[in-house]
Amino acid sequence: MKVLSEERTRILFEKLTKYIGVNVKLLIDRPDGTYCFREKKDRVYYISEKLLHLAQTVKPDNLIAAGTCFGKFTKTNKFRLHITALTYIAPYAPFKIWVKPSAEQQFLYGHHIIKSGLGRITENTPKHQGVVVQTMSDIPIGFGVAARTTAECRSADPLATIVFHQADIGEYIRSEDTLT
Amino acid sequence: MGRKAKFDETKKVKKGPGRKARKQPDPVFKKELLEDDTETKKLTHRQKQRAAKRAKKKADLIEKKKSLKLAKKNVAKQNEKVISEEIADASDEENVKGFTDDNKQWLKPKQKAKPKKQESESEEADSGHEESEMEQDSDAADEEEEEGVKTDGEKYKVGTLDDLFQDSDQENGDVTSEDEGQASAKMDYNSDSSEEKSDDDDEEDKDDDDMLPIEKANIKLKKKQKLEKKLADEEMQLNIAKQDVFAFPSEEELENPTSLQDVHQRIKDVVTVLSDFNRLKEEGRSRCEYTDLLLKDLCTYYSYNEFLMEVLMQIFPVQELVEFLEASEIARPVTIRTNSLKTRRRDLAQALINRGVNLDPVGKWSKVGLVVYSSTVPIGATPEYLAGHYILQGASSFLPVMALAPQENERILDMCAAPGGKASHIAAIMKNTGALFANDANKERTKAVVGNFHRLGVVNAVVCNYDGRQFPDVIKGFDRVLLDAPCTGTGVIAKDPSVKTTKDQKDIQRCFNLQRQLLLAAIDCCNAKSSTGGYIVYSTCSILPEENEWVVNYALKRRNVKLVPTGLDFGTEGFVKYRQHRFHPSLKLTRRFYPHTHNMDGFFVAKLKKFSNVIPEPFKDEDDEEEAEKKETTETAQNGESESENVTTDSKQDIKNTSVKRSIESTNPTTEPQKKKNKPDIQKRPETTANNENQQIKKNKKKRNRKNKNKQNSDTAGSKQNTSQNGAAKNEQTSQKTTKVNKKDKKGNEDSPKPQQPAKQSPGKKPNKVNKNPPTTQNPTQNKNEGKITNKVEIEASKKLKNKFNKKKKQIGQIKGDKDKGNPKQGVNKKFKKK
Repeated sequence: MKVLSEERTRILFEKLTKYIGVNVKLLIDRPDGTYCFREKKDRVYYISEKLLHLAQTVKPDNLIAAGTCFGKFTKTNKFRLHITALTYIAPYAPFKIWVKPSAEQQFLYGHHIIKSGLGRITENTPKHQGVVVQTMSDIPIGFGVAARTTAECRSADPLATIVFHQADIGEYIRSEDTLT
Repeated sequence: MGRKAKFDETKKVKKGPGRKARKQPDPVFKKELLEDDTETKKLTHRQKQRAAKRAKKKADLIEKKKSLKLAKKNVAKQNEKVISEEIADASDEENVKGFTDDNKQWLKPKQKAKPKKQESESEEADSGHEESEMEQDSDAADEEEEEGVKTDGEKYKVGTLDDLFQDSDQENGDVTSEDEGQASAKMDYNSDSSEEKSDDDDEEDKDDDDMLPIEKANIKLKKKQKLEKKLADEEMQLNIAKQDVFAFPSEEELENPTSLQDVHQRIKDVVTVLSDFNRLKEEGRSRCEYTDLLLKDLCTYYSYNEFLMEVLMQIFPVQELVEFLEASEIARPVTIRTNSLKTRRRDLAQALINRGVNLDPVGKWSKVGLVVYSSTVPIGATPEYLAGHYILQGASSFLPVMALAPQENERILDMCAAPGGKASHIAAIMKNTGALFANDANKERTKAVVGNFHRLGVVNAVVCNYDGRQFPDVIKGFDRVLLDAPCTGTGVIAKDPSVKTTKDQKDIQRCFNLQRQLLLAAIDCCNAKSSTGGYIVYSTCSILPEENEWVVNYALKRRNVKLVPTGLDFGTEGFVKYRQHRFHPSLKLTRRFYPHTHNMDGFFVAKLKKFSNVIPEPFKDEDDEEEAEKKETTETAQNGESESENVTTDSKQDIKNTSVKRSIESTNPTTEPQKKKNKPDIQKRPETTANNENQQIKKNKKKRNRKNKNKQNSDTAGSKQNTSQNGAAKNEQTSQKTTKVNKKDKKGNEDSPKPQQPAKQSPGKKPNKVNKNPPTTQNPTQNKNEGKITNKVEIEASKKLKNKFNKKKKQIGQIKGDKDKGNPKQGVNKKFKKK
């Protein structure tokens, strides 16, 4: 559990800002105590200070995880958000997209969202904006990047991709080993 | 409106018109309107029977009255003759065989008439009518007698009739004549009616005149009943005989089993025989033979190995055993636990029902459990599941967490967490506050914990990978600790049938040794001074007392813990007695769950409260400890499991060390008297036995080989040596004993050199490392015996000892030098003295 370097912190926050915008602040300034980001084996964990103190008693070799894993730094030093970060991203994300029940399963198997599966979309979603994908009953099931703006979606072809898939909760089953 | 959706195919929807379409019933007419029909109707069979009954009743009444009258008369001043005559008459009346032919002719219709009359009256009939009728009847009877048997005269009449006015009838001729008139009228009437009926009844009446048809029927019925009873009895005897006949199979039969059905039948038979052994046993067969047969049959039928079946037979009575085995064949219903961090049970149930899942709440005892009966979608891959709204978890797995009752903002440890079901339950109850440590010894399995925690949104958890026994070294001071110990899994045979054949005594031993160490470690991790907690919950999915009650009992003896109620209002109580074991009575507070009684996996839950952080010094325990020790050493030696042994010794030594430290603090001032106490022991020592020494040497060698622990091991070895010589085998284990022994040796040498020569030989073979013992560690050993010595004695003894010390310092040195040359012990003694 080590503190993130300057550069990595910057990369991490840039990435997070794509999804939750200015709400990143809320992750740091929380009413219920201080929270921080810590790095372990390139994985980034979001953890409260209190818990961190306790977790530091555990030897690094024996510590598997603490708090919530947000993602990992790749070998090329880019940050990749994991689906495990959804717990924190979903409530703060300003741009959301809802998929029809018929398209849920498609998305959960790792496919992009096409126009025919689109249920609702937040107004004024810009292109390449990070969006959280939800079912029609408001259960967050993943996130991705908007391939088109809201306006473009209206006139899009039914088979056109609206959202590029990045992570979905199906990964909990598909790739449990590589999650953290 | 409308009917509820019926997703369950098993429940059938009622057919036919609903409640609101109920038909109008048939009209009901008043009695008066129907009267015409009934009057003209012939009597039904039932009516006839009823009438006959009534008639019989009447007759009985008359007879009763007669007899009553007779009695009265007897009491009155009638002479004997009269009485005798009357009796004769009465008997005549009863038998009614003495009538002459002419009498008979007109007498018959009369008797017939009675029922007929009543029948006619029956429609309005009330009980009130009967009396009057009876009077009439009796009147009629009077007349019969008067006219038919005139010779009988007055006495007869008086005898037969009970009413006073009838007596007066005889006296007053007028009245009687009137009566006669009435009677004749009646007779006419009756004769008419008799003509109607006589066709069917006459013949029978002639046979035995006075016998009413009902009486005859009664007799017949009685006969029939008798016969039936006889038959039934015979049948019963036959049945019993059949049971009795259960033949103990011969050797050949046993060797060549025919089919599973036969085996099953035999199991049933043997169970019935065992249930009432005295009556059903075959002569010359003992209970043992039956149980052995049953054991073999159960093993073949349910495919268990004999060892496990034997153990199970010791736990359950035979009848229950079969139930248990049956239940263990069937899988328990699938249950899910709502993740209260993300959703509510009602919402989840609704969402799942919309997906075509048929479910129900698991029971009143849980607010988060749901039972899944059937599902059209895979229950472990719905979007709700992936979004972390629920987790698949056996109903029994809720219990330890419910018993633990975590509070918010507590620090809680789950020692054996994988795959994280119970741990996430704890986090959910804590509402993601406080800190949760989820530990598991298996690194691969911790991945499942991490996955589940992230899926369920648990953010207050630290997942780590330690051997649970080392956990007290890592971090202590938890408010609550949950230990769901690894076990043989005899409670979840339905889930994993390989348990049936793979487990043997060694596995169980290995399990409960590990469980004991884990439980002690769990207790050490807990903080007794916690304001909200200080609780430890121990659970296993095994039903063997060795892994449950015995383990808890072991911990009760070794740590400052007590059992508290688990807070689960169902489940059976834990065993207090099991075979030769007698556990602490508070083990009643633990809970057992069985597949056949609670329809959940076999489970055991015990809740302990730690009341002091002090670790009591280890003490000898007659059966447990020795056994455990032996088993452990032999087992590890055999299996070459050096790893686990090292670990165990590690933990043990830790314990010892701590206890030693503590006792040093507390017991320094009282060392002197102890010396005194030890003297007699030493003098009583038997001569050294060569065997003992050899063994000790071997042990010493073995232990010396181990790294790190040379010092302490040699200590213990030394202790073993000496204590065994003392004949106190109990003392083997405690490290303190070693120091005690050292003292003993010293003193023995000092005080009475000559008698102790043999004793000296054994210390002579001690390893040199004894020297390194800091003398202070010797003190705690004397704790135990202190109580026995009174203060005065202590003081005196200390004085004496001091004197002796001063005097004999030199002597001892000389003696030593003479007797054991090159003995390292010498050095030890010197050092002690200097101190």
